[in-house]
Amino acid sequence: MLKQIEGSHAVAEAVALCRPEVICAYPITPQTHIVEDLGFLVKSGKLSGCEFINVESEFAALSVAIGSSAAGARTYTATASQGILFMAEAVYNASGLGLPIVMTVGNRAIGAPINIWNDQSDSMSMRDAGWLQLFVESNQQAIDVHIQAFRIAEALSLPVMVCMDGFILTHAYERVDIPDQKQVDKFLPSFEPRQVLDPANPKSIGAMVGPEAFTEVRYLEHHKQMQALELIPQVAKEFKAIFGRDSGGLISEYRLDDAETIVVTLGSVIGTMQEVIDRMREDGVAIGALTLRSFRPFPAAALRSALGKAKRVVVFEKCLAVGLGGIVSNNVRMALSELSTPVYSVIGGLGGRPITQASLHRLFTEATQDRLEDLHFLDLNKDIVKRELEREASMRRSGSIAENILSDIGIVDAANTI
Amino acid sequence: MPNQHVKFYQTGTLTVGNRLLDEKMRTVQATPDRSNSLDSGHRACQGCGEALGARYAIDAAMRAANNQLIAANATGCLEVFTTPYPESAWRIPWMHSLFGNAAAVATGIAAAMRVKGRDEVRVIAQGGDGGTTDIGFGCLSGMFERNDDVLYICYDNQAYMNTGVQRSSATPGAARTATTMPVGENPGADFNQGKNVPLIAMAHNIPYVATASVHDLHDLEAKVQKAMAVRGARYIQIFVPCPLGWGSKPQDTMKVARLTVESGLYPLFEAEYGEIVGVTKIRRRTDVAECLKLQRRFAHVFKKPEQLAKIQAIADANIRKFRLAGSEGGQS
Repeated sequence: MLKQIEGSHAVAEAVALCRPEVICAYPITPQTHIVEDLGFLVKSGKLSGCEFINVESEFAALSVAIGSSAAGARTYTATASQGILFMAEAVYNASGLGLPIVMTVGNRAIGAPINIWNDQSDSMSMRDAGWLQLFVESNQQAIDVHIQAFRIAEALSLPVMVCMDGFILTHAYERVDIPDQKQVDKFLPSFEPRQVLDPANPKSIGAMVGPEAFTEVRYLEHHKQMQALELIPQVAKEFKAIFGRDSGGLISEYRLDDAETIVVTLGSVIGTMQEVIDRMREDGVAIGALTLRSFRPFPAAALRSALGKAKRVVVFEKCLAVGLGGIVSNNVRMALSELSTPVYSVIGGLGGRPITQASLHRLFTEATQDRLEDLHFLDLNKDIVKRELEREASMRRSGSIAENILSDIGIVDAANTI
Repeated sequence: MPNQHVKFYQTGTLTVGNRLLDEKMRTVQATPDRSNSLDSGHRACQGCGEALGARYAIDAAMRAANNQLIAANATGCLEVFTTPYPESAWRIPWMHSLFGNAAAVATGIAAAMRVKGRDEVRVIAQGGDGGTTDIGFGCLSGMFERNDDVLYICYDNQAYMNTGVQRSSATPGAARTATTMPVGENPGADFNQGKNVPLIAMAHNIPYVATASVHDLHDLEAKVQKAMAVRGARYIQIFVPCPLGWGSKPQDTMKVARLTVESGLYPLFEAEYGEIVGVTKIRRRTDVAECLKLQRRFAHVFKKPEQLAKIQAIADANIRKFRLAGSEGGQS
């Protein structure tokens, strides 16, 4: 059914269609609307057979999810930003225990400085936590990938994070096609857990594992994620057969034929990029883009075959490994390690900074001319940076960086007004 | 099955033994059909109060739940000594997730049971004092205020024993731990610190809160049974001496527990919906010195009379506050 609704609302409807049995959540922007809507669906009886639990923290949210999943209930939660950091211990625990929880992350920056806007630092902080991480480009994909996420999680008995850009997707009103219940039921069978807490068959779950077996347990986690490299496209194919839409999969490609420059990215920014790429193609520039839909497992082989003929690869990412550079780009470099293709890291959109077509056009043009440095910060205001560095060089008690910069910007704006 | 004659005299504790009781009143452990939920062969130290407390508490809960019980366990001694896989001492479905989330995990299990219509399955969470009063406190309080259908049992041995005896917020004043060593003018743990979690639990207005002690196992079983007869959030804190951490003799576990309770240092009471409904009167009041001298963690207070006096003052205040004084056998 076609609806013009907010991304969060669309996700709530999609999750409800998956017949979750326990939903627990703690409010954090920009994830809040999803669980508000789910809470309403449960309370109003539209989503029956489901317990909705308001918890006191994200750590508790995922801990409740761990308990309910281990007791055999299909379980969902959502988080973002500081929230995923607060639940970090439980994030690793859920995957280590092999519990197929599905969690939405409304991607948002991490503080300090506190910032509620979109980037992907939060999901990236948990990239090695043993969860599958599926990134979506649009609200339609968000709907479709959540439905697939339950299938994938339960097939592997591993938790899945569905990562969607905060605000840009969660708060955007778009036309989406909400599947009907019959279709979803056909696609998603009821949850049959591999392990379950049951008085009829008492088992201990969560024993200490020493050096004699820890490596094997971890290896199997890795092995199962590598299995997902086959499972994810297969589930996407089945999804298409029932719903008629291409969603999910490991990667998506845009105008890669004969592309000399290929931009690799994650999430919703591909929408803006496609416009820029179309314009550049009209101008005769051989450029295309590739979106990573699965970041964990990392589709190295698919990347190699898609990027193999490119003259250069530009990885555009909304996160930063401080002291190193790009996170996604280093994963891409590893996938391309046997090739000599240069891989540029571009960090952009941090803390919700708008990524404009003009900036991307300038960036891509410089890239096609190989005028980019290895690590580039899109739209970095170098004057502001210089002013702060000078302040630090000139006095010991220079104060805190964030507040200094905000003051500088205030003064600059005031000056401009005059 | 031949009739089992369990001798249950606790030498030197003055506790009534099973043989003196009517069969119906005997402890769960005295019956041949006890569940042995926490089975023999685990790796607890000699004289471990926690192992004993857990064994009685869980078997009593099992009987009350008609053997339909699931447990969530916080990280700690109890978790470690019961599950050296491939061995597990648990004969009930049991789960360990993290140090600080046992209450929340139990909430999740209870939610799953409710949604699946399995109301007959009851859920308990358990942990030591560190996992309860410190790192697990947020999840515990959340479980309380939502009145989730979970019985949380805290085995209180007054420090982090699993990591090598460090101070927790349940450690009493003057006690020596690895992080409150007896050096300087005011040795041991500071006075006027720590929190009383049973009283905080009561402030959540939950249906049932109780304190118990391993020296009085009948009382402990009765409290578990009472807690299991109610739905909603319930809390029982059991006083469990730790010979290793307290420097007491393994054979003195019951004695230390009894003398501590009889001194007034560990009031035993029950509360319903935030109000105390019963206290265990002290039968034969003793000075705090009697229990303290059995524990090396308090050895230094005998060289500091003012410290000993402070501890006695705490016991005296407890006796006044909880009205613990009364005639012998005057149990409420």
